[in-house]
Amino acid sequence: MPQPRRRAPRSPVRWHIAVFLAPAVLIYTAIMIIPLFGTLNLSLFTRGEGGAREFVGLANFATLFGDPRWSGAFWNATGNNLWFFVIHMLVQNPIGIALAAILSTPRLRFAAFYRTAIFIPAILSFVIVGFVWKLILSPLWGVAPNFMDALGVGNWFAPWLGLERSALTTLALISVWQFVGIPLMLIYAALLSIPDEVLEAAEMDGITGASQFWKIKLPLILPTIGIISILTFVGNFNAFDLIYVTQGALAGPNYATDILGSFLFRTFFGFQLQLGDPHMGATVATVMFFIILAGVSLYLFGVQTRLRRYQF
Amino acid sequence: MSARANILRSSAAHAILIAYTVLALYPVVLIVINSMKSRRAIFNDPLSLPTRETFDLVGFHTVLEQGNFLLYFQNSMIVTVASLFFVLLFGAMAAFALAEYRFRGNLLMALYLALGIMIPIRLGTVAILEIMVAANLVNTLTALILVYTAQGLPLAVFILSEFMRQVSDDLKNAARIDGLSEYRIFFTIALPLVRPAMATVGVFTMIPIWNDLWFPLILAPGEATKTLTLGSQIFLGQYVTNWNAVLAALTLAIFPVVVLYLIFSRQLIRGITKGAVK
Repeated sequence: MPQPRRRAPRSPVRWHIAVFLAPAVLIYTAIMIIPLFGTLNLSLFTRGEGGAREFVGLANFATLFGDPRWSGAFWNATGNNLWFFVIHMLVQNPIGIALAAILSTPRLRFAAFYRTAIFIPAILSFVIVGFVWKLILSPLWGVAPNFMDALGVGNWFAPWLGLERSALTTLALISVWQFVGIPLMLIYAALLSIPDEVLEAAEMDGITGASQFWKIKLPLILPTIGIISILTFVGNFNAFDLIYVTQGALAGPNYATDILGSFLFRTFFGFQLQLGDPHMGATVATVMFFIILAGVSLYLFGVQTRLRRYQF
Repeated sequence: MSARANILRSSAAHAILIAYTVLALYPVVLIVINSMKSRRAIFNDPLSLPTRETFDLVGFHTVLEQGNFLLYFQNSMIVTVASLFFVLLFGAMAAFALAEYRFRGNLLMALYLALGIMIPIRLGTVAILEIMVAANLVNTLTALILVYTAQGLPLAVFILSEFMRQVSDDLKNAARIDGLSEYRIFFTIALPLVRPAMATVGVFTMIPIWNDLWFPLILAPGEATKTLTLGSQIFLGQYVTNWNAVLAALTLAIFPVVVLYLIFSRQLIRGITKGAVK
Protein backbone atom coordinates (compact mmCIF):
# COMPACT_ATOMS: atom_id res chain seq x y z
CA MET A 1 0.00 0.00 0.00
CA PRO A 2 1.50 3.32 -0.95
CA GLN A 3 2.26 5.58 1.87
CA PRO A 4 0.12 8.66 1.89
CA ARG A 5 2.43 11.39 0.80
CA ARG A 6 3.13 13.91 3.46
CA ARG A 7 1.52 17.19 2.65
CA ALA A 8 3.68 20.20 2.28
CA PRO A 9 2.77 22.72 4.94
CA ARG A 10 -0.07 24.65 3.39
CA SER A 11 0.34 28.33 3.08
CA PRO A 12 -2.30 30.16 5.07
CA VAL A 13 -5.48 30.99 3.21
CA ARG A 14 -4.93 34.26 1.43
CA TRP A 15 -8.09 36.00 2.46
CA HIS A 16 -7.13 39.25 0.81
CA ILE A 17 -7.61 37.70 -2.65
CA ALA A 18 -11.20 36.87 -1.75
CA VAL A 19 -11.74 40.33 -0.30
CA PHE A 20 -10.42 42.00 -3.45
CA LEU A 21 -12.54 39.86 -5.75
CA ALA A 22 -15.73 39.60 -3.71
CA PRO A 23 -17.54 42.91 -4.38
CA ALA A 24 -17.08 42.79 -8.15
CA VAL A 25 -17.88 39.10 -8.46
CA LEU A 26 -20.94 39.32 -6.20
CA ILE A 27 -22.55 42.30 -7.91
CA TYR A 28 -21.71 40.99 -11.38
CA THR A 29 -23.10 37.56 -10.59
CA ALA A 30 -26.22 38.77 -8.83
CA ILE A 31 -27.25 41.52 -11.25
CA MET A 32 -25.90 40.23 -14.54
CA ILE A 33 -25.22 36.51 -14.72
CA ILE A 34 -28.10 35.19 -12.60
CA PRO A 35 -30.72 37.39 -14.33
CA LEU A 36 -29.30 36.42 -17.71
CA PHE A 37 -29.79 32.74 -16.97
CA GLY A 38 -33.01 33.54 -15.12
CA THR A 39 -34.30 35.08 -18.33
CA LEU A 40 -33.26 32.05 -20.37
CA ASN A 41 -35.09 29.93 -17.81
CA LEU A 42 -38.24 32.10 -17.81
CA SER A 43 -38.64 31.50 -21.52
CA LEU A 44 -39.58 27.88 -20.68
CA PHE A 45 -42.56 28.90 -18.57
CA THR A 46 -45.87 30.61 -19.07
CA ARG A 47 -48.46 32.23 -16.90
CA GLY A 48 -51.01 29.52 -16.12
CA GLU A 49 -54.47 29.90 -14.67
CA GLY A 50 -54.61 31.85 -11.46
CA GLY A 51 -51.26 33.46 -12.19
CA ALA A 52 -49.23 30.38 -11.26
CA ARG A 53 -46.13 29.74 -13.30
CA GLU A 54 -46.34 26.68 -15.53
CA PHE A 55 -43.55 24.83 -17.22
CA VAL A 56 -44.24 24.54 -20.95
CA GLY A 57 -40.92 23.43 -22.36
CA LEU A 58 -40.20 24.97 -25.73
CA ALA A 59 -43.82 25.94 -26.42
CA ASN A 60 -43.01 29.67 -26.30
CA PHE A 61 -40.43 29.18 -29.01
CA ALA A 62 -42.95 27.22 -31.04
CA THR A 63 -45.32 30.18 -30.73
CA LEU A 64 -42.64 32.67 -31.65
CA PHE A 65 -41.58 30.79 -34.77
CA GLY A 66 -44.83 29.04 -35.63
CA ASP A 67 -47.71 31.41 -34.89
CA PRO A 68 -47.96 33.69 -37.94
CA ARG A 69 -48.72 36.78 -35.82
CA TRP A 70 -45.56 36.30 -33.81
CA SER A 71 -43.26 34.92 -36.47
CA GLY A 72 -44.16 37.66 -38.94
CA ALA A 73 -43.19 40.35 -36.44
CA PHE A 74 -40.11 38.45 -35.35
CA TRP A 75 -38.70 37.89 -38.84
CA ASN A 76 -39.51 41.46 -39.78
CA ALA A 77 -37.52 42.70 -36.78
CA THR A 78 -34.64 40.30 -37.49
CA GLY A 79 -34.48 41.29 -41.15
CA ASN A 80 -34.56 44.97 -40.28
CA ASN A 81 -31.86 44.43 -37.69
CA LEU A 82 -29.69 42.70 -40.25
CA TRP A 83 -30.08 45.60 -42.68
CA PHE A 84 -29.28 48.01 -39.82
CA PHE A 85 -26.05 46.08 -39.24
CA VAL A 86 -25.17 45.90 -42.94
CA ILE A 87 -25.44 49.68 -43.29
CA HIS A 88 -23.12 50.14 -40.32
CA MET A 89 -20.59 47.74 -41.79
CA LEU A 90 -20.74 49.30 -45.27
CA VAL A 91 -20.88 52.96 -44.29
CA GLN A 92 -19.73 53.55 -40.73
CA ASN A 93 -16.64 51.38 -40.65
CA PRO A 94 -15.18 52.33 -44.07
CA ILE A 95 -15.69 56.04 -43.30
CA GLY A 96 -14.08 55.52 -39.90
CA ILE A 97 -11.09 53.77 -41.45
CA ALA A 98 -10.69 56.38 -44.19
CA LEU A 99 -10.84 59.29 -41.73
CA ALA A 100 -8.38 57.54 -39.41
CA ALA A 101 -5.98 56.97 -42.31
CA ILE A 102 -6.14 60.66 -43.23
CA LEU A 103 -5.80 61.74 -39.59
CA SER A 104 -2.70 59.65 -39.09
CA THR A 105 -0.82 61.50 -41.83
CA PRO A 106 2.46 62.50 -40.19
CA ARG A 107 2.76 66.14 -39.14
CA LEU A 108 -0.88 66.88 -39.86
CA ARG A 109 -1.88 70.13 -38.18
CA PHE A 110 -5.03 70.42 -36.04
CA ALA A 111 -5.26 66.61 -35.85
CA ALA A 112 -6.29 66.80 -32.17
CA PHE A 113 -9.04 69.26 -33.01
CA TYR A 114 -10.52 67.09 -35.78
CA ARG A 115 -10.39 64.02 -33.56
CA THR A 116 -12.15 65.75 -30.69
CA ALA A 117 -14.81 67.31 -32.91
CA ILE A 118 -15.66 64.20 -34.92
CA PHE A 119 -16.07 62.18 -31.72
CA ILE A 120 -18.59 64.60 -30.17
CA PRO A 121 -21.78 62.98 -31.60
CA ALA A 122 -20.79 59.67 -30.00
CA ILE A 123 -21.05 61.11 -26.50
CA LEU A 124 -24.55 62.53 -27.00
CA SER A 125 -27.55 60.54 -25.89
CA PHE A 126 -29.89 58.90 -28.40
CA VAL A 127 -32.60 61.22 -27.18
CA ILE A 128 -30.63 64.23 -28.33
CA VAL A 129 -29.43 62.67 -31.57
CA GLY A 130 -32.85 61.31 -32.47
CA PHE A 131 -34.61 64.60 -31.91
CA VAL A 132 -31.95 66.71 -33.57
CA TRP A 133 -32.28 64.71 -36.77
CA LYS A 134 -36.03 64.52 -36.50
CA LEU A 135 -36.13 68.32 -36.45
CA ILE A 136 -33.61 68.71 -39.26
CA LEU A 137 -35.38 66.23 -41.52
CA SER A 138 -38.81 67.60 -40.68
CA PRO A 139 -40.55 69.12 -43.73
CA LEU A 140 -42.16 71.53 -41.26
CA TRP A 141 -38.94 73.23 -40.29
CA GLY A 142 -37.42 73.03 -43.70
CA VAL A 143 -33.73 72.97 -42.86
CA ALA A 144 -33.02 69.88 -44.95
CA PRO A 145 -35.21 70.88 -47.93
CA ASN A 146 -33.75 74.40 -48.00
CA PHE A 147 -30.27 73.03 -47.80
CA MET A 148 -30.93 70.64 -50.66
CA ASP A 149 -32.49 73.44 -52.68
CA ALA A 150 -29.27 75.37 -52.26
CA LEU A 151 -27.38 72.39 -53.67
CA GLY A 152 -29.84 72.20 -56.57
CA VAL A 153 -31.29 68.83 -55.62
CA GLY A 154 -34.36 70.10 -53.79
CA ASN A 155 -36.64 67.76 -55.70
CA TRP A 156 -35.04 64.76 -54.09
CA PHE A 157 -36.22 65.72 -50.64
CA ALA A 158 -38.82 63.47 -49.06
CA PRO A 159 -39.95 63.03 -45.44
CA TRP A 160 -37.61 60.05 -45.16
CA LEU A 161 -38.37 59.16 -41.56
CA GLY A 162 -42.06 58.88 -42.36
CA LEU A 163 -41.82 56.66 -45.43
CA GLU A 164 -41.88 52.93 -45.07
CA ARG A 165 -39.21 52.25 -47.62
CA SER A 166 -36.67 54.80 -46.39
CA ALA A 167 -37.26 55.12 -42.64
CA LEU A 168 -35.00 52.26 -41.56
CA THR A 169 -32.11 53.26 -43.79
CA THR A 170 -32.41 56.85 -42.62
CA LEU A 171 -32.27 55.75 -38.98
CA ALA A 172 -29.28 53.53 -39.68
CA LEU A 173 -27.49 56.47 -41.30
CA ILE A 174 -28.30 58.68 -38.29
CA SER A 175 -26.78 56.00 -36.08
CA VAL A 176 -23.74 55.89 -38.37
CA TRP A 177 -23.40 59.66 -38.06
CA GLN A 178 -23.46 59.31 -34.30
CA PHE A 179 -20.95 56.48 -33.91
CA VAL A 180 -18.40 56.97 -36.67
CA GLY A 181 -16.02 58.34 -34.02
CA ILE A 182 -15.59 54.94 -32.39
CA PRO A 183 -14.06 53.01 -35.32
CA LEU A 184 -12.16 56.19 -36.13
CA MET A 185 -10.51 56.25 -32.70
CA LEU A 186 -9.71 52.53 -32.55
CA ILE A 187 -8.25 52.43 -36.07
CA TYR A 188 -6.35 55.63 -35.43
CA ALA A 189 -4.76 54.07 -32.35
CA ALA A 190 -3.88 50.93 -34.33
CA LEU A 191 -2.32 52.97 -37.15
CA LEU A 192 -0.21 54.94 -34.67
CA SER A 193 1.14 51.73 -33.19
CA ILE A 194 2.66 50.61 -36.51
CA PRO A 195 6.41 51.12 -36.00
CA ASP A 196 8.14 53.75 -38.10
CA GLU A 197 10.79 51.24 -39.26
CA VAL A 198 8.16 49.22 -41.11
CA LEU A 199 6.89 52.29 -42.92
CA GLU A 200 10.41 53.51 -43.64
CA ALA A 201 11.33 50.13 -45.10
CA ALA A 202 8.24 50.35 -47.31
CA GLU A 203 9.26 53.81 -48.47
CA MET A 204 12.73 52.57 -49.34
CA ASP A 205 11.05 50.01 -51.57
CA GLY A 206 9.07 52.79 -53.19
CA ILE A 207 5.73 51.91 -51.60
CA THR A 208 4.16 55.19 -50.57
CA GLY A 209 0.80 56.90 -50.34
CA ALA A 210 -2.27 54.91 -51.21
CA SER A 211 -0.44 51.71 -52.10
CA GLN A 212 1.34 51.89 -48.74
CA PHE A 213 -2.07 52.03 -47.08
CA TRP A 214 -3.45 49.04 -48.98
CA LYS A 215 -0.35 46.86 -48.91
CA ILE A 216 1.24 47.64 -45.54
CA LYS A 217 -1.11 49.37 -43.14
CA LEU A 218 -4.40 47.66 -43.89
CA PRO A 219 -3.11 44.11 -43.33
CA LEU A 220 -1.57 45.27 -40.06
CA ILE A 221 -4.81 46.74 -38.70
CA LEU A 222 -7.02 43.80 -39.74
CA PRO A 223 -7.32 42.49 -36.15
CA THR A 224 -8.62 45.89 -35.04
CA ILE A 225 -11.13 45.90 -37.89
CA GLY A 226 -12.26 42.48 -36.68
CA ILE A 227 -12.83 43.78 -33.16
CA ILE A 228 -14.73 46.78 -34.51
CA SER A 229 -16.96 44.51 -36.59
CA ILE A 230 -17.91 42.39 -33.61
CA LEU A 231 -18.50 45.46 -31.43
CA THR A 232 -20.75 46.86 -34.16
CA PHE A 233 -22.60 43.55 -34.36
CA VAL A 234 -23.26 43.33 -30.61
CA GLY A 235 -24.21 47.00 -30.44
CA ASN A 236 -26.62 46.78 -33.38
CA PHE A 237 -28.38 43.65 -32.24
CA ASN A 238 -28.90 45.22 -28.85
CA ALA A 239 -29.98 48.66 -30.14
CA PHE A 240 -33.26 50.11 -29.03
CA ASP A 241 -33.01 53.72 -27.89
CA LEU A 242 -32.74 55.48 -31.25
CA ILE A 243 -35.78 53.67 -32.65
CA TYR A 244 -37.79 54.31 -29.48
CA VAL A 245 -36.93 57.99 -29.41
CA THR A 246 -37.65 58.78 -33.04
CA GLN A 247 -40.41 56.32 -33.94
CA GLY A 248 -41.86 55.30 -30.58
CA ALA A 249 -42.41 51.78 -29.25
CA LEU A 250 -44.45 50.92 -32.35
CA ALA A 251 -41.39 51.43 -34.55
CA GLY A 252 -43.42 53.00 -37.31
CA PRO A 253 -44.33 53.59 -40.04
CA ASN A 254 -46.09 50.23 -40.04
CA TYR A 255 -43.24 48.47 -38.15
CA ALA A 256 -40.81 49.39 -40.92
CA THR A 257 -38.15 50.31 -38.34
CA ASP A 258 -38.83 47.54 -35.85
CA ILE A 259 -35.62 45.86 -34.72
CA LEU A 260 -35.10 43.16 -32.11
CA GLY A 261 -34.61 45.63 -29.25
CA SER A 262 -37.89 47.43 -29.87
CA PHE A 263 -39.66 44.11 -30.51
CA LEU A 264 -38.39 42.85 -27.14
CA PHE A 265 -39.57 46.02 -25.43
CA ARG A 266 -43.09 45.75 -26.86
CA THR A 267 -43.36 42.04 -26.14
CA PHE A 268 -42.12 42.36 -22.59
CA PHE A 269 -43.73 45.66 -21.62
CA GLY A 270 -46.78 45.75 -23.84
CA PHE A 271 -48.13 48.74 -25.72
CA GLN A 272 -51.58 50.18 -26.24
CA LEU A 273 -53.93 47.17 -26.35
CA GLN A 274 -51.46 44.33 -26.18
CA LEU A 275 -50.54 43.36 -22.63
CA GLY A 276 -46.93 42.82 -21.76
CA ASP A 277 -45.87 39.20 -21.38
CA PRO A 278 -42.70 38.53 -19.40
CA HIS A 279 -42.46 34.96 -20.64
CA MET A 280 -42.67 35.81 -24.33
CA GLY A 281 -40.33 38.71 -23.57
CA ALA A 282 -37.87 36.26 -22.07
CA THR A 283 -38.29 34.08 -25.16
CA VAL A 284 -37.39 36.96 -27.47
CA ALA A 285 -34.44 37.86 -25.22
CA THR A 286 -33.27 34.24 -25.35
CA VAL A 287 -33.34 34.22 -29.14
CA MET A 288 -31.40 37.51 -29.14
CA PHE A 289 -28.92 35.94 -26.73
CA PHE A 290 -28.31 33.05 -29.13
CA ILE A 291 -28.01 35.37 -32.14
CA ILE A 292 -25.37 37.43 -30.35
CA LEU A 293 -23.65 34.32 -29.03
CA ALA A 294 -23.55 32.87 -32.56
CA GLY A 295 -22.06 36.08 -33.94
CA VAL A 296 -19.45 36.33 -31.21
CA SER A 297 -18.44 32.65 -31.52
CA LEU A 298 -18.25 32.92 -35.29
CA TYR A 299 -15.86 35.80 -34.82
CA LEU A 300 -13.79 34.22 -32.03
CA PHE A 301 -13.38 30.81 -33.63
CA GLY A 302 -13.87 31.51 -37.32
CA VAL A 303 -12.28 34.88 -37.92
CA GLN A 304 -9.98 35.81 -35.08
CA THR A 305 -7.93 32.62 -35.14
CA ARG A 306 -7.26 33.07 -38.84
CA LEU A 307 -6.13 36.65 -38.61
CA ARG A 308 -2.40 36.87 -38.73
CA ARG A 309 -0.99 38.98 -35.95
CA TYR A 310 2.33 40.69 -36.18
CA GLN A 311 4.56 41.26 -33.20
CA PHE A 312 6.94 44.12 -33.34
CA MET B 1 8.04 63.40 -53.37
CA SER B 2 8.01 66.97 -54.59
CA ALA B 3 7.04 69.78 -52.23
CA ARG B 4 4.09 70.72 -54.40
CA ALA B 5 2.58 67.23 -54.30
CA ASN B 6 3.00 67.33 -50.56
CA ILE B 7 1.09 70.58 -50.20
CA LEU B 8 -1.61 69.30 -52.51
CA ARG B 9 -1.97 66.16 -50.49
CA SER B 10 -2.14 67.89 -47.14
CA SER B 11 -4.70 70.41 -48.37
CA ALA B 12 -6.84 67.56 -49.69
CA ALA B 13 -6.57 65.90 -46.28
CA HIS B 14 -7.63 69.11 -44.55
CA ALA B 15 -10.53 69.61 -46.95
CA ILE B 16 -11.93 66.14 -46.22
CA LEU B 17 -11.45 66.48 -42.48
CA ILE B 18 -13.03 69.93 -42.35
CA ALA B 19 -15.99 68.71 -44.40
CA TYR B 20 -16.53 65.82 -42.03
CA THR B 21 -16.10 67.98 -38.94
CA VAL B 22 -18.80 70.32 -40.27
CA LEU B 23 -21.07 67.33 -40.87
CA ALA B 24 -20.46 66.11 -37.31
CA LEU B 25 -20.91 69.45 -35.57
CA TYR B 26 -23.38 71.36 -37.70
CA PRO B 27 -26.57 69.59 -36.53
CA VAL B 28 -25.59 70.27 -32.93
CA VAL B 29 -24.71 73.91 -33.59
CA LEU B 30 -27.98 74.39 -35.46
CA ILE B 31 -29.98 73.30 -32.42
CA VAL B 32 -28.02 75.49 -30.04
CA ILE B 33 -28.28 78.68 -32.10
CA ASN B 34 -31.98 78.23 -32.79
CA SER B 35 -32.77 77.61 -29.12
CA MET B 36 -31.97 81.28 -28.50
CA LYS B 37 -34.27 82.66 -31.19
CA SER B 38 -37.88 83.70 -31.32
CA ARG B 39 -40.37 81.28 -32.81
CA ARG B 40 -40.75 83.27 -35.98
CA ALA B 41 -37.01 83.47 -36.54
CA ILE B 42 -36.62 79.74 -36.00
CA PHE B 43 -38.87 79.09 -38.97
CA ASN B 44 -38.03 82.03 -41.22
CA ASP B 45 -34.31 81.86 -41.01
CA PRO B 46 -33.09 78.71 -39.27
CA LEU B 47 -29.52 78.99 -40.51
CA SER B 48 -28.62 82.42 -39.16
CA LEU B 49 -27.21 83.33 -35.77
CA PRO B 50 -29.56 85.05 -33.33
CA THR B 51 -29.49 88.81 -33.81
CA ARG B 52 -30.62 91.51 -31.44
CA GLU B 53 -34.17 91.39 -32.87
CA THR B 54 -34.53 87.63 -32.98
CA PHE B 55 -32.82 86.83 -29.65
CA ASP B 56 -35.35 85.21 -27.33
CA LEU B 57 -34.97 82.88 -24.36
CA VAL B 58 -38.64 81.96 -24.05
CA GLY B 59 -37.84 78.28 -24.66
CA PHE B 60 -35.52 78.11 -21.68
CA HIS B 61 -38.18 79.75 -19.48
CA THR B 62 -40.71 77.12 -20.52
CA VAL B 63 -38.29 74.28 -19.84
CA LEU B 64 -37.28 75.55 -16.42
CA GLU B 65 -40.86 76.29 -15.39
CA GLN B 66 -42.57 73.19 -16.79
CA GLY B 67 -40.01 70.48 -16.46
CA ASN B 68 -38.49 69.12 -13.29
CA PHE B 69 -35.10 69.34 -14.92
CA LEU B 70 -33.16 70.25 -11.82
CA LEU B 71 -34.41 67.08 -10.14
CA TYR B 72 -33.73 64.96 -13.23
CA PHE B 73 -30.25 66.38 -13.47
CA GLN B 74 -29.63 65.60 -9.82
CA ASN B 75 -30.87 62.03 -10.28
CA SER B 76 -28.61 61.51 -13.28
CA MET B 77 -25.66 62.90 -11.35
CA ILE B 78 -26.30 60.64 -8.34
CA VAL B 79 -26.72 57.53 -10.48
CA THR B 80 -23.72 58.24 -12.71
CA VAL B 81 -21.31 59.27 -9.96
CA ALA B 82 -22.28 56.43 -7.62
CA SER B 83 -22.09 53.76 -10.35
CA LEU B 84 -18.80 55.17 -11.56
CA PHE B 85 -17.38 55.09 -8.04
CA PHE B 86 -18.35 51.46 -7.51
CA VAL B 87 -17.22 50.35 -10.97
CA LEU B 88 -13.81 51.94 -10.52
CA LEU B 89 -13.27 50.80 -6.92
CA PHE B 90 -14.56 47.24 -7.26
CA GLY B 91 -13.17 46.91 -10.78
CA ALA B 92 -9.70 48.00 -9.67
CA MET B 93 -9.80 45.65 -6.67
CA ALA B 94 -10.74 42.65 -8.81
CA ALA B 95 -8.22 43.64 -11.48
CA PHE B 96 -5.50 43.85 -8.84
CA ALA B 97 -6.36 40.39 -7.51
CA LEU B 98 -6.31 38.89 -11.02
CA ALA B 99 -3.10 40.61 -12.04
CA GLU B 100 -1.15 40.29 -8.79
CA TYR B 101 -1.78 36.84 -7.33
CA ARG B 102 -1.42 33.37 -8.72
CA PHE B 103 -4.24 31.20 -7.46
CA ARG B 104 -6.26 28.30 -8.75
CA GLY B 105 -9.02 29.47 -11.07
CA ASN B 106 -7.39 32.78 -11.86
CA LEU B 107 -7.79 32.46 -15.62
CA LEU B 108 -11.29 31.04 -15.26
CA MET B 109 -12.31 33.97 -13.08
CA ALA B 110 -10.88 36.42 -15.61
CA LEU B 111 -12.85 34.75 -18.42
CA TYR B 112 -16.01 34.66 -16.31
CA LEU B 113 -15.75 38.39 -15.65
CA ALA B 114 -14.97 39.10 -19.31
CA LEU B 115 -18.14 37.34 -20.47
CA GLY B 116 -20.14 40.48 -19.76
CA ILE B 117 -18.17 42.51 -22.31
CA MET B 118 -19.78 40.66 -25.18
CA ILE B 119 -23.21 39.75 -23.78
CA PRO B 120 -25.31 42.85 -23.15
CA ILE B 121 -26.95 43.09 -19.73
CA ARG B 122 -30.21 44.20 -21.36
CA LEU B 123 -30.99 40.62 -22.31
CA GLY B 124 -31.46 39.85 -18.62
CA THR B 125 -34.00 42.64 -18.16
CA VAL B 126 -37.01 40.40 -17.56
CA ALA B 127 -35.35 38.68 -14.61
CA ILE B 128 -33.70 41.90 -13.39
CA LEU B 129 -37.12 43.51 -13.10
CA GLU B 130 -38.39 40.50 -11.15
CA ILE B 131 -35.47 40.72 -8.73
CA MET B 132 -35.98 44.45 -8.26
CA VAL B 133 -39.70 43.97 -7.65
CA ALA B 134 -38.95 41.26 -5.10
CA ALA B 135 -36.37 43.45 -3.38
CA ASN B 136 -38.76 46.41 -3.44
CA LEU B 137 -36.26 48.48 -5.39
CA VAL B 138 -38.43 49.51 -8.33
CA ASN B 139 -38.47 53.28 -8.75
CA THR B 140 -35.36 53.77 -6.68
CA LEU B 141 -32.02 55.10 -7.80
CA THR B 142 -30.40 52.14 -6.01
CA ALA B 143 -31.80 49.78 -8.64
CA LEU B 144 -30.18 51.81 -11.42
CA ILE B 145 -26.88 52.09 -9.54
CA LEU B 146 -26.76 48.30 -9.03
CA VAL B 147 -27.49 47.57 -12.69
CA TYR B 148 -24.99 50.08 -14.02
CA THR B 149 -22.31 48.87 -11.64
CA ALA B 150 -22.78 45.32 -12.92
CA GLN B 151 -22.83 46.61 -16.50
CA GLY B 152 -19.60 48.57 -16.16
CA LEU B 153 -17.53 46.02 -14.22
CA PRO B 154 -16.53 43.57 -17.00
CA LEU B 155 -14.81 46.13 -19.22
CA ALA B 156 -13.28 47.89 -16.21
CA VAL B 157 -11.75 44.68 -14.85
CA PHE B 158 -10.50 43.71 -18.30
CA ILE B 159 -8.76 47.02 -19.05
CA LEU B 160 -7.51 47.70 -15.53
CA SER B 161 -5.93 44.28 -15.11
CA GLU B 162 -3.82 44.97 -18.21
CA PHE B 163 -2.54 48.09 -16.52
CA MET B 164 -2.16 46.49 -13.08
CA ARG B 165 0.28 44.01 -14.63
CA GLN B 166 2.55 46.89 -15.59
CA VAL B 167 2.92 48.15 -12.01
CA SER B 168 6.49 47.40 -10.99
CA ASP B 169 6.98 44.29 -8.87
CA ASP B 170 10.04 45.79 -7.15
CA LEU B 171 7.92 48.55 -5.74
CA LYS B 172 5.35 46.16 -4.33
CA ASN B 173 7.95 43.76 -2.93
CA ALA B 174 9.80 46.61 -1.28
CA ALA B 175 6.54 47.59 0.36
CA ARG B 176 5.98 44.01 1.51
CA ILE B 177 9.40 43.90 3.11
CA ASP B 178 8.52 47.13 4.89
CA GLY B 179 5.55 45.26 6.32
CA LEU B 180 2.72 46.92 4.42
CA SER B 181 -0.44 44.84 4.21
CA GLU B 182 -1.79 43.80 0.80
CA TYR B 183 -4.62 46.28 1.23
CA ARG B 184 -2.21 49.14 1.88
CA ILE B 185 -0.19 48.10 -1.17
CA PHE B 186 -3.32 48.25 -3.29
CA PHE B 187 -4.50 51.62 -2.04
CA THR B 188 -1.17 53.41 -1.69
CA ILE B 189 0.88 51.94 -4.55
CA ALA B 190 -1.18 50.21 -7.25
CA LEU B 191 -4.19 52.51 -7.33
CA PRO B 192 -2.28 55.80 -7.72
CA LEU B 193 -0.11 54.28 -10.46
CA VAL B 194 -3.02 53.23 -12.66
CA ARG B 195 -4.83 56.55 -12.30
CA PRO B 196 -4.53 57.45 -16.01
CA ALA B 197 -6.15 54.14 -16.97
CA MET B 198 -8.88 54.76 -14.39
CA ALA B 199 -9.73 58.03 -16.12
CA THR B 200 -10.10 56.29 -19.47
CA VAL B 201 -12.23 53.53 -18.01
CA GLY B 202 -14.22 56.20 -16.20
CA VAL B 203 -15.13 58.02 -19.39
CA PHE B 204 -16.04 54.80 -21.19
CA THR B 205 -18.22 53.75 -18.26
CA MET B 206 -19.83 57.11 -17.74
CA ILE B 207 -21.11 57.85 -21.25
CA PRO B 208 -23.46 54.86 -21.64
CA ILE B 209 -24.76 55.27 -18.07
CA TRP B 210 -25.57 58.94 -18.49
CA ASN B 211 -27.23 58.33 -21.85
CA ASP B 212 -29.16 55.14 -21.09
CA LEU B 213 -32.88 55.14 -21.71
CA TRP B 214 -33.72 51.44 -21.37
CA PHE B 215 -33.25 50.84 -17.63
CA PRO B 216 -34.69 54.17 -16.39
CA LEU B 217 -37.74 53.43 -18.55
CA ILE B 218 -38.20 49.95 -17.10
CA LEU B 219 -36.81 50.15 -13.56
CA ALA B 220 -37.34 53.75 -12.49
CA PRO B 221 -39.96 55.59 -14.56
CA GLY B 222 -41.47 57.39 -11.53
CA GLU B 223 -41.40 61.15 -11.43
CA ALA B 224 -39.07 61.27 -8.41
CA THR B 225 -36.44 59.02 -9.97
CA LYS B 226 -36.44 60.08 -13.63
CA THR B 227 -33.00 60.61 -15.05
CA LEU B 228 -32.21 63.52 -17.32
CA THR B 229 -32.27 61.30 -20.41
CA LEU B 230 -35.69 59.83 -19.63
CA GLY B 231 -37.04 63.17 -18.40
CA SER B 232 -36.03 65.00 -21.55
CA GLN B 233 -37.40 62.18 -23.70
CA ILE B 234 -40.81 62.54 -22.08
CA PHE B 235 -40.67 66.33 -22.06
CA LEU B 236 -39.80 66.38 -25.78
CA GLY B 237 -42.70 64.05 -26.49
CA GLN B 238 -45.16 66.29 -24.67
CA TYR B 239 -43.94 69.61 -26.02
CA VAL B 240 -43.27 68.39 -29.52
CA THR B 241 -45.14 71.31 -31.08
CA ASN B 242 -43.47 73.95 -28.92
CA TRP B 243 -40.31 74.38 -30.92
CA ASN B 244 -38.73 76.92 -28.59
CA ALA B 245 -39.09 74.57 -25.65
CA VAL B 246 -37.85 71.53 -27.58
CA LEU B 247 -34.76 73.30 -28.85
CA ALA B 248 -34.01 74.74 -25.39
CA ALA B 249 -34.41 71.34 -23.72
CA LEU B 250 -32.05 69.78 -26.27
CA THR B 251 -29.48 72.52 -25.70
CA LEU B 252 -29.65 72.03 -21.94
CA ALA B 253 -29.18 68.29 -22.40
CA ILE B 254 -26.22 68.69 -24.76
CA PHE B 255 -24.37 71.16 -22.58
CA PRO B 256 -23.21 69.12 -19.56
CA VAL B 257 -22.03 66.13 -21.62
CA VAL B 258 -20.01 68.22 -24.03
CA VAL B 259 -18.37 70.18 -21.22
CA LEU B 260 -17.42 66.96 -19.42
CA TYR B 261 -16.14 65.49 -22.67
CA LEU B 262 -13.95 68.49 -23.44
CA ILE B 263 -12.44 68.26 -19.95
CA PHE B 264 -11.68 64.55 -20.29
CA SER B 265 -11.06 64.26 -24.04
CA ARG B 266 -7.28 64.52 -23.82
CA GLN B 267 -7.23 61.76 -21.24
CA LEU B 268 -9.63 59.66 -23.26
CA ILE B 269 -7.62 59.80 -26.45
CA ARG B 270 -4.34 59.21 -24.64
CA GLY B 271 -5.89 56.19 -22.97
CA ILE B 272 -6.98 54.67 -26.27
CA THR B 273 -3.73 55.32 -28.06
CA LYS B 274 -1.68 53.96 -25.14
CA GLY B 275 -2.89 50.55 -26.16
CA ALA B 276 -5.53 49.65 -23.62
CA VAL B 277 -7.72 48.53 -26.49
CA LYS B 278 -5.44 46.79 -28.91
